[in-house]
Amino acid sequence: MLTEQEKKEIEEEVKHYPYPGVACLDALKIVQAHRGWVADDAVRDIADLLDISSEKVDGVATFYTRIYRKPVGRHVILICDSISCMIMGYEPVYKHISAKLGIHFGETTADNRFTLLPITCLGNCDQAPAMMIDNDLFNMITIENIDQIFEKYE
Amino acid sequence: MMVKIQIDGTYYDVKPGKNLLETCLALGIDVPHFCYHGAMGSVGACRLCAVKKFRDPCDQKGRIIMSCMEPVNEGLIVSVNDPDAKMFRAAILESLMINHPHDCPVCDEGGECHLQDMLVMTGHNYRRFDFKKRTHFNQYLGPFISHEMNRCIQCYRCVRFYDDYTGGKDLAVFGSHDHLYFGRGEDGILESEFSGNLVEVCPTGVFTDKTLKEHYTRKWDLSNTPSVCVHCSIGCNTIAGERYGKLRRIMSRYNGAVNGYFLCDRGRFGYQFVNVENRIGEAQIRTSKNSNPVEATPDMIASACAEALSGSKKIAGIGSPRASLEANFALQKLVGKENFFAGVSRTEHTLAKTAIDILQHEAIHSPSLKEIEKADAILILGEDLTNTAPMAALAVRQAARNKGIEVAGNSGIPPWNDYAVRLKAQDVKSPIIMANPFSAKLDEIAEKTYRAAYSDIARVGFAVAALINDGAPGVKGLSKEQLSMAQHIANALKEAKNPMVITGTHGGSEDMVHAAANIAMALFLHGKEGALSIVFPECNSMGLGMMDGKPFEDLAGLPADSTCDTLVILENDLYRRADQSLIDDLLERCKNVIVLDHLITGTTLKSDILLPVGTFAESEGTLVNNEGRAQRFYRVFPAEGTVIESWRQLKELMIFSGNHESASWENFDHVAQAMSDSIPAFAKIKGHMPGADFRILNEKIKRQTMRFSGRTAMNAQFSVSEPKSPVDPDSPLAFSMEGANETPPSSLVTNYWTPGWNSNNAMNFYLDEPNGSMKGGDPGFRLLETAATKHILFFAPVTGAFTPEAGEWEIVPAYQIFGSEELSSQGPAVAERIPEPFIIMNRRDAEEAGVKEHEMIDLTLTRSSLQVKLKIDDNIPAGVAGLSTGLPGMPFLKLPESGRVKNSKK
Amino acid sequence: MEKPLTKHIKPDGSQLNLKNFVQDGGYEPVRKVLKGMSPAEVIDVVVASNLLGRGGGGFSAGKKWSFVTTDKEREPSRYLICNADEMEPGTFKDRMLMEENPHQLIAGMIISSYAIQADKSYIFLRWAYKKSETVLRKAIAEAYEAGFLGKNILGSGYDLELYLHTSAGRYICGEETGLINSLEGKRATPRDKPPFPAISGLFGKPTVVNNVETLSCVPHIIENGADWFRSISLTGEGGTKLYGVSGRVKNPGIWELPLGATMREIIEQHAGGMMDGYKFRGALPGGASTDFIIEEHMDIPLDFASLVPVGSRLGTGTLIILDDKTCPVAFLHNLEKFFAKESCGWCTPCREGLPWVEKILESIENGTGKEKDIETLKFHTWYCGPGHTFCAHAPGAMEPLQSGLKYFHDDFMQHINEKHCPWRS
Ligand SMILES: Cc1cc2nc3c(=O)[nH]c(=O)nc-3n(C[C@H](O)[C@H](O)[C@H](O)COP(=O)(O)O)c2cc1C
Ligand code: SF4
Ligand code: FES
Repeated sequence: MLTEQEKKEIEEEVKHYPYPGVACLDALKIVQAHRGWVADDAVRDIADLLDISSEKVDGVATFYTRIYRKPVGRHVILICDSISCMIMGYEPVYKHISAKLGIHFGETTADNRFTLLPITCLGNCDQAPAMMIDNDLFNMITIENIDQIFEKYE
Repeated sequence: MMVKIQIDGTYYDVKPGKNLLETCLALGIDVPHFCYHGAMGSVGACRLCAVKKFRDPCDQKGRIIMSCMEPVNEGLIVSVNDPDAKMFRAAILESLMINHPHDCPVCDEGGECHLQDMLVMTGHNYRRFDFKKRTHFNQYLGPFISHEMNRCIQCYRCVRFYDDYTGGKDLAVFGSHDHLYFGRGEDGILESEFSGNLVEVCPTGVFTDKTLKEHYTRKWDLSNTPSVCVHCSIGCNTIAGERYGKLRRIMSRYNGAVNGYFLCDRGRFGYQFVNVENRIGEAQIRTSKNSNPVEATPDMIASACAEALSGSKKIAGIGSPRASLEANFALQKLVGKENFFAGVSRTEHTLAKTAIDILQHEAIHSPSLKEIEKADAILILGEDLTNTAPMAALAVRQAARNKGIEVAGNSGIPPWNDYAVRLKAQDVKSPIIMANPFSAKLDEIAEKTYRAAYSDIARVGFAVAALINDGAPGVKGLSKEQLSMAQHIANALKEAKNPMVITGTHGGSEDMVHAAANIAMALFLHGKEGALSIVFPECNSMGLGMMDGKPFEDLAGLPADSTCDTLVILENDLYRRADQSLIDDLLERCKNVIVLDHLITGTTLKSDILLPVGTFAESEGTLVNNEGRAQRFYRVFPAEGTVIESWRQLKELMIFSGNHESASWENFDHVAQAMSDSIPAFAKIKGHMPGADFRILNEKIKRQTMRFSGRTAMNAQFSVSEPKSPVDPDSPLAFSMEGANETPPSSLVTNYWTPGWNSNNAMNFYLDEPNGSMKGGDPGFRLLETAATKHILFFAPVTGAFTPEAGEWEIVPAYQIFGSEELSSQGPAVAERIPEPFIIMNRRDAEEAGVKEHEMIDLTLTRSSLQVKLKIDDNIPAGVAGLSTGLPGMPFLKLPESGRVKNSKK
Repeated sequence: MEKPLTKHIKPDGSQLNLKNFVQDGGYEPVRKVLKGMSPAEVIDVVVASNLLGRGGGGFSAGKKWSFVTTDKEREPSRYLICNADEMEPGTFKDRMLMEENPHQLIAGMIISSYAIQADKSYIFLRWAYKKSETVLRKAIAEAYEAGFLGKNILGSGYDLELYLHTSAGRYICGEETGLINSLEGKRATPRDKPPFPAISGLFGKPTVVNNVETLSCVPHIIENGADWFRSISLTGEGGTKLYGVSGRVKNPGIWELPLGATMREIIEQHAGGMMDGYKFRGALPGGASTDFIIEEHMDIPLDFASLVPVGSRLGTGTLIILDDKTCPVAFLHNLEKFFAKESCGWCTPCREGLPWVEKILESIENGTGKEKDIETLKFHTWYCGPGHTFCAHAPGAMEPLQSGLKYFHDDFMQHINEKHCPWRS
């Protein structure tokens, strides 16, 4: 069941568009903002609310990388694996993080604290390597400053 | 009008407005393709239809373009054979084979696989990719369709057909890049009534026919015969495939005027009744009225028949709307015109007669499905087409797009550019107005829906006609809402270029048909075509209606002693058509009841002599569809045992009765000819008959492909000597792989094949152009133009407004695509889809009656009562309830009639 | 040297608020247009200025606008979309314009919308640009408040709504028709062209899509005229360009320079030259989907026309430098992995071709590559090339590969012959 709040936010988006189905992606983002990810029942609920089929909604959801159809941890670490960050050495940092958390790309720590994912170019190429945790951007990450960055995220 | 283009150095004059790919296919030039489909247009996804385009005659280099996205304009210069284009096309196949399993030997598609065709055509052979293939899980999709996702080549045809073309909801593409998945959100039955077409639309073996899998046969090992679907009144053309005396599958047979490329699931999967265990294989006799018939020797049968027929004072016959014209005609001959009764209820009989009269009116045009697709405003009066004539519903869905196509056209977007048209059109639709008592699937494309009892729908219909033409009688006492609805409908129809009215006889309302006729006639006077399509209940309802015959209730109503001694019933279960007591009484009263049928029914159990006859698959005959189009079906395979065609069985009976007129009916042509001579409505049939003596270069048309295998060995367990091919004296078709190699006339196509195309995409080469007409004209011919009533006489409304009465509901029939039709319901796959009997009421009414959704309720009608499950539909008006109708096990109910409901538990 | 795009920006990079921007005269061009110019006049000036699209395609902005029908009866509503989906690896210019000078973009969008008589406009912003989002939301609110957006702007009778839409990831959303599908809440598969968005775009209505930088140039053209705009570039293509450098240079960053600056000037003067101990081997001039240029191209003007003869293109103008300590095969593998993953999956060559290319590059990098693989790679640069695919994604992916195969052939062969990557021990 969508919460009243989620419904309200989705309906707000619907107002901008000629028909409700257009708000499909917005609705997915809204649900994800509240719950961290989008489960099957949420897909169905969104479909009902927007009067489109749940298959359509899921077709959209699974197209986009930033809609999570599987649960994620409390915090999502996105490490830029694109070209400038590769040149500037994201790989050693990733290996360090991976070893430290005991997870690879696509996995979540056992304590559900972090999910680790790759992301394409964060537009921070002049200060590579770059990383994003939740909504926060980090520049010039190094093996040395990782611990300190992680501290903030419980 | 034509434009000149150059393809590989040759000039062609071609129709403008098309794309290059369809132009090439129409010219018979092989251009490989996947995503393009004649009915669905182009989207440019697969990139296989690449050809070279040159700027001008001096351009040597040219550039690769997709022929499916290229409009044919004057002066276009292209090359299909250009080496770069060829290399590119081969590369597309190489790409697609990266992940495609090499499982042709165990794949159901093998031998008729579009992908195989394209591999051969493009010449891609050797594998360079040496990494791992990706794999997928498959889904359970219900009793009709198997799913094998690994074989997917991502052409998007399935979702384009299922979602865009038919309005399906539960099939989609998931994921992106090279991780795409085409399927449902989760395992489950595909909901669309047209899911079976995925089998033909999918170019590989992702979606295959699950019913074929049970006794799988390769395409080339099937003996194929042109046939006509017997499961509703639309008369879609089919190709029936047989092996080892069993019907193996139904595929669609192209008919540009009727079904085009497609079929509905009832038509495709309903065939299984032909193969069921409880077919009547041998003639039976019962010794007393209290016993069941049992098998008897031919001599006993012969003498019983002779006795019953020669010694009778009076013989009567009851025909059938599910039997061919010729079988009905033979029965009429046997019993005499005055003793021939149409095998339908009085209501249905009257409605059919009325409808046929109307359709023969000069001012009225009975449109083909293709014409329905072209309509730009449609009023549907009281028919739930999706359930009663599914392919007509599909045509209406296409019609709804016409306004959008026009909008796109105004921006220079050609109709074949499918996504561009849809994106430009967005939700612009031609007005489709659905007037039906309860919610129907087509509502989702309707511009307006009107929910009311039948009488009110009819009244609004009369009002619409009166608003279009003053001459049509108006209706008094309409509510404000009804008036504005009528005004809206009248305006929509008047403003359209090709307005159309569709109604049907399923609701049992003569007023409804009259109202529809008034509207069409009013439109005619308004300068339009007066297009009216009427949906009938069964595959030959129209044909039967065109013959002289009284409703069989007249027979049952006669005083006991004057009824008849011998009653011959043709392919008809009377218990589906009248109250049990009435039929019991009738059958009891007749000394000899002779029944001809193929499946055991309530009626066959009461027969004194039961004669086994062929289904459509073991017979030949003519059916008249709801358009008035006569179409011929042919014997798919010789019947087993003593089973013969009804008309042949009746011919024998005539001889027993001492009428030797039939002695000269040696083959089907003779009976058809006799019918054509004696019934004026069918006079045309004679001239259109491709007679049994029709030959192409002295040869018959082969049912079997040239690769038919195992002919010498397929019956080796019975006999090692090669059996002689059975002879078919009744048609120009041979049960053989020998025969003419030329393309037969359109109605005799047994198999789509052209060099390079083993898949059913070969179909395109049998057409004047993709999605056009069959070369030489579409199969079948219209009977209705023959007679025409001249002056316009509007009908007057009869019934008054509907007024609900406390505690009573008007029970209206809710026909079901799966279940309401007698024959298809007998097959196991369709049986899985038959719903439990249910009743539809609105929430307020249900509360009043003290029942909740999904609860069982007792429904009491005048002469019967039954238990059904409640479904809530808030749109159904107060005092009206829809009842699932004709489901196996349900008694005959004469609907609409009023009934009472109560909670079963209370 | 004039730097119109960055002239308002404060040296510390802190965000300009509306008050400062208005004081700087930033909204004057809007006033000028709404009070005194017809839409056709605006289009004429922009055509004459030779403003070429900064999203990478380099198509004349004014011309694109002129394709939108003036027949308001047939097409009553139209849209302007600002493409702020910047996701091209190595590109980080639009982000700077949005974070540091949002009102310039809004002013540009108002003028451009007016030119095509749009009544609604959208900024399609990349999901990951959180700061841009905050800044733009505030700026848009300010602009509404001050009457630059909404009904009857500055009393001119012209109405315009501006919405900020954030995406959900996927590079293909940057392709203008994929973007439109995404904005419609659909899968971001591109659309076939023709019809171009100017004929059938968002919700089937005439639509113009322009890049952030393109739109940010517009107010300055209005303010100073077409001749001025052409004159401030070095080669006549019009305007300045945000050039950027990433990779092993001393001072990576982004600078506004006259269009037509050379790679030498950018690397040596602005980026401070290569980092000590690193040598230049080549560069992608404008993001991941452009062809390599090498040492000998150091003095070629980086503009839309001049790079074509040497087999490359300006793209987004943000250089990615390949140095001698980075393996070119690994470099290309990284790019192709990105492109393969970001294919929308609609057309065959891109969907199937790119993953194959990626797998081959991976195997070469891992030392299991074969000589015949080079042929297969070359074949794909043709197969997935321009005109062969549904959109420009796959052809873009093939640009660095085809030039990489040409310039770094020996490196490829070394991997294959020695069966390992020489840059990895
Ligand atoms: C795969 C692909 C990705 C693209 N990504 C972007 C992008 O992120 N930002 C952008 O402005 N243009 C991008 N473009 C170009 C747009 O399609 C479009 O040409 C541009 O937004 C037009 O704006 P302009 O004329 O102002 O440059 C991309 C094109 C392709 C083929
Ligand atoms: S080239 Fe084809 S598959 Fe690739 S992104 Fe474009 S349309 Fe999609
Ligand atoms: S048929 Fe033309 S691209 Fe598929």
